Amino acid sequence: MLRLPCPHCGLRDHAEFAYGGDANVAKPALDAPQQAWIEAVYMRANPRGAHAELWHHVHGCRAWIVVERDTATHVVRGARLPERKP
Amino acid sequence: MARAARTMNAYSFAHLAYHALTGHRHWRPAWRDPAPKASYDAIIVGGGGHGLATAYYLAKNHGLANIAVLEKGWIGGGNTGRNTTIVRSNYLLNANAQLYELSLKLWHGLSADLNYNVMFSPRGVLNLAHSDAQCDAFVRRGNAMRLNGIDAEFLDRDAVRRMVPLLDCSSAARYPVHGGLLQRRGGTARHDAVAWGLARAADARGVDIVQNCEVTGFRIVNGRIEGVETSRGPIAAPKVGLAVAGHSGQVAALAGLRLPIESHVLQAFVSEPLKPMLDTVVTFGAGHFYVSQSDKGELVMGGDLDFYNSYAQRGNLPAIEHAAAGALQLFPSFSRLRLMRLWGGVMDMTMDGSPIIGMTPVQGLYLNGGWCYGGFKATPGSGWVFADTIANDRPHPIAAPFSLERFATGALLDEKGAGPVPKDH
Repeated sequence: MLRLPCPHCGLRDHAEFAYGGDANVAKPALDAPQQAWIEAVYMRANPRGAHAELWHHVHGCRAWIVVERDTATHVVRGARLPERKP
Repeated sequence: MARAARTMNAYSFAHLAYHALTGHRHWRPAWRDPAPKASYDAIIVGGGGHGLATAYYLAKNHGLANIAVLEKGWIGGGNTGRNTTIVRSNYLLNANAQLYELSLKLWHGLSADLNYNVMFSPRGVLNLAHSDAQCDAFVRRGNAMRLNGIDAEFLDRDAVRRMVPLLDCSSAARYPVHGGLLQRRGGTARHDAVAWGLARAADARGVDIVQNCEVTGFRIVNGRIEGVETSRGPIAAPKVGLAVAGHSGQVAALAGLRLPIESHVLQAFVSEPLKPMLDTVVTFGAGHFYVSQSDKGELVMGGDLDFYNSYAQRGNLPAIEHAAAGALQLFPSFSRLRLMRLWGGVMDMTMDGSPIIGMTPVQGLYLNGGWCYGGFKATPGSGWVFADTIANDRPHPIAAPFSLERFATGALLDEKGAGPVPKDH
């Protein structure tokens, strides 16, 4: 079991959360070129190592949080609230 | 001369008898262990089933002999040795149906073609339905398969009960069985034997299989590939094919490409060996569980992804607990079995749940990846169409819908209609 440090609830089992993917994907402006939307919707850096990712604390405070986790070792380095609405 | 010697090494009853009578002292390695040459006509990166099949069909169908397969570790040590060995072609969309059906046809003759027993066993694949809506969806998929010339039968609950007597088909079950979609020509194959058989057959046609050779970069001049940098020195080649499964994004990034892929971990586990008790493959999509019995007697079981990005080749226990709960809902008699081992593999999950086969923006660089958790069954068909794509520098007709460009044009192949969320396919 991974344990994620929710900024509101403290250290909780990851089974309480739903995964939301890469936290660094920003939605382009509505009138942005099509290529920007293709990049945002489909293309991912998919790093092996440090990864900032969204988790939704569905069975807890229901906040979206950004977790820093290593995709090769599963080590969780910390979590914070997102700067903008995911 | 070398060719003649290799031909004499063909496995047969007489060959086995000769070795038995000479005390098994003269067996030779099934393939060579060559050092990489300075240049090849084509390089395949990745020595799993798909890479080896590609090299084999490049040599057999297209007459290329000067080929290398470069493998970072040992052949078949990645997902080829980590899957649950199931082979089927029960797809709804035409493009998927044609690709996997080509593969299934090749599976049916693969042992004879390779002169190596891959233990292909067409024992049937049964998808269970647990609601009227799911029955309707399965009948629709079965009809689509039959229109594509693929066998499919819908079984009612009594027929399912007769076929799999151990299954709890009572109305007291947590999710009572309503019926099932059966593909009799599907089944299982011995995954390690597939890697070994393809390696031996490719080697016999002159392919160099170079293990412990990691690709660390690509030489690209004016948008055209000229070779690869490896941990064993640079190797030149005008054509390079990538077949690196879970690490597609990592290797493609070395060539400056971004892919519509997330890598996720998928786990599987096996029980202690048992006497024969299950002679088909049973899948429980509604409850995220599937099972078959290996020739060693172990029940081979799996479920769903762990649902977060991972390259770790190991997962967490909640996913196993969930799959085991599904096992006990279907098969109460499994409750006292002990598990022997569990493991994970890295799945290259695409944004539409279908693989990517074809050209890239770099001339002479070809991509075969994004197989999600469907790669093993595609092994021979994938190699067949990828070899043709590389040899002719244009997509094979069956591979054409699986281009990387489909994510820009919108011609997606979303079998489940789940949208651009890789973990949901």
